[in-house]
Amino acid sequence: MKIEVCVSLVPDSTTKVKVGASGKSIDEAGVTYIINPYDEFAVEEAVQLKEKNGGEVTAISVGTDRSKEAIKKAYQMGADKGILVKSDSADIDSFTVAKNLAAVIKEINPDIIFFGKQSIDYDGSIVTGMTAEILGLPYVNVVTKLELNGNEATAEREIEGGKEVVKTSLPAVFGAQKGLNNPRYPNLKSIMASKSKPIEEKPFANERKTEVAEMSLPESKGQGKIFTDGVSNVPELVRLLREEAKVI
Amino acid sequence: MNKILILAEAKENTFKSNAFEAVTAGKHIAEALGTGFDVIAITDASDEQLKSLGKYGAAKVYHLNLSELNSKGPAGIKYSHSAIASAAANFANTKGYDIIIISGTSFGKEIAPMISVKTDSAIITDCTGYNAADGKISLKRPSFAGKCNTKVNYLSGKAVITLRPNVFKAEAAEAACEVEEITPDSVNISASDFKTCVTDVVVSSGKLDVAEADIIVSGGRGLRNPESFKLVEDLAEVLGAATGASRAVVDAGWRPHGEQVGQTGKTVSPSLYVACGISGAIQHLAGMSSSKFIVAINKDKDAPIFQVADYGIVGDVFEILPAMTEEIKKLKV
Ligand SMILES: Cc1cc2nc3c(=O)[nH]c(=O)nc-3n(C[C@H](O)[C@H](O)[C@H](O)COP(=O)(O)OP(=O)(O)OC[C@H]3O[C@@H](n4cnc5c(N)ncnc54)[C@H](O)[C@@H]3O)c2cc1C
Ligand SMILES: Cc1cc2nc3c(=O)[nH]c(=O)nc-3n(C[C@H](O)[C@H](O)[C@H](O)COP(=O)(O)OP(=O)(O)OC[C@H]3O[C@@H](n4cnc5c(N)ncnc54)[C@H](O)[C@@H]3O)c2cc1C
Repeated sequence: MKIEVCVSLVPDSTTKVKVGASGKSIDEAGVTYIINPYDEFAVEEAVQLKEKNGGEVTAISVGTDRSKEAIKKAYQMGADKGILVKSDSADIDSFTVAKNLAAVIKEINPDIIFFGKQSIDYDGSIVTGMTAEILGLPYVNVVTKLELNGNEATAEREIEGGKEVVKTSLPAVFGAQKGLNNPRYPNLKSIMASKSKPIEEKPFANERKTEVAEMSLPESKGQGKIFTDGVSNVPELVRLLREEAKVI
Repeated sequence: MNKILILAEAKENTFKSNAFEAVTAGKHIAEALGTGFDVIAITDASDEQLKSLGKYGAAKVYHLNLSELNSKGPAGIKYSHSAIASAAANFANTKGYDIIIISGTSFGKEIAPMISVKTDSAIITDCTGYNAADGKISLKRPSFAGKCNTKVNYLSGKAVITLRPNVFKAEAAEAACEVEEITPDSVNISASDFKTCVTDVVVSSGKLDVAEADIIVSGGRGLRNPESFKLVEDLAEVLGAATGASRAVVDAGWRPHGEQVGQTGKTVSPSLYVACGISGAIQHLAGMSSSKFIVAINKDKDAPIFQVADYGIVGDVFEILPAMTEEIKKLKV
């Protein structure tokens, strides 16, 4: 089975975000980068599938040299090959990412492709569906369960207040949500091995359709009304919710 | 130029607040750009339901019957995201819309990327605001889990925009609403558009989901054990609220994952969010900091949740929750 997994590198979720000098991106000083957490579910699913059916897992990322870290993480979890579509700048939009991913995927012609359900930096939830559509492949996002039966796939997808059961056929694209599996912790041996494993580089083509005009920190709310006398403040709190906030 | 199409989502043949919000937002954007807007609805909703969109200013609703659409696909399906996306995109391409507005529900998020590729549009998701100037709009959207706001422009003439639910207000604006029926053939639908098919929708419980609730009462590790979530549920019940949870209590198995609010759970923007015994870790704030009013109840006055709270009481949840429930019950009699 030819299995593909798309991975991106994102600032750690505990990063204190500061706007950089350009006013259009974050200040990268002191930021630690990690593989997008949802992409770990995607890699795990890909590797489990390989372990079950045989085959090969290729991890792909679009970005600067730094994005190799995401591919290395995929190596540590069991991916066999890695491809970086290398751009000079990290400032690329979702369409460009999807276009570049689609070009690589098309060449490899895999049976199944995994993504994370969304990146935790720009929270777009875009690239998965766009890549699939550019390739003309079916896709299901926010997948919490996946069963394959030959070329038939049945996915469960999380929605408000429940789940959908979605049927499709391979080749297809799936976006992984927490709950799909439990990503493994790489052992020391695989961590060591990942360091010297080569990563193939491919040329990048910019085809952007959006641009970030400005980034700003949210207006701070100002100090709230915080009472410190415990339960005796309850009537006042309820009154404020009713009369001032008018929400109850 | 700048013709706007709003995709109004109906759930079980009924339009919910998110559809009305999208209509109002679309109306305002159209006014700001000096243009008009139409609505497309792909649903088996009744004529009366369709006309209800007129109460928010929709003058023209194009209606494609969902069962008619489904008749082009395999038997026994509920709906197909790919076929609905094809129908909406083909319609938009034929009529030449430039901006397509979709509510960012789980349904909207699934179809928006497909529609953007099919219509050769830019896509800007999860928008919380917009700015119109010189016949173009730029969109405001949170990024880095709400830690910053971004203004995004689209460079091509066309854009698909998804709106974060519960952020844009639905406003009454009576319009004489005309409904025009369209057929699957008129939007070129064939069996090959049914790439994915939803065969079943499983409702996890009869309970209100956090992503759809106007009021949420959430509990965290401060509740100490699963049994004491009864206190959270009691308050939620008198408020007509959904119950939410922090990841700590979901991971501990006290509450189902569907209730988790935060970066790896759901993003919510209710009118009122009550956080009980939740410390306010950055990943939790990521999911709820755009709520209109936040109430924090925590025994630790330095808990970070108080920094985002509009109101709060430093104290014991085991005393405060029952007292709040009683106090609110008094209001309701
Ligand atoms: C503040 C800010 C706001 C932005 N807003 C927009 C916007 O509204 N519209 C827009 O088109 N662009 C936007 N961009 C650019 C866009 O977010 C980036 O292109 C980013 O690479 C994709 O992020 P995403 O959140 O869209 O990814 P998602 O669509 O959320 O990612 C889903 C999955 O796609 C895969 N994936 C994502 N990126 C890559 C990659 N580089 N390589 C391999 N796999 C990947 C991963 O599996 C990931 O889990 C914005 C950029 C910034 C700085
Ligand atoms: C990648 C990643 C993703 C994550 N995603 C999420 C997410 O989606 N959602 C999420 O919630 N978390 C998420 N987390 C976890 C997050 O960092 C916190 O660990 C978690 O939110 C803590 O939950 P809590 O507030 O219930 O528990 P704690 O942090 O333990 O806080 C308990 C609070 O209860 C208070 N308390 C105790 N007893 C009482 C009492 N009797 N009365 C009143 N107050 C009391 C304490 O003062 C304390 O503030 C994520 C973490 C990571 C690394």
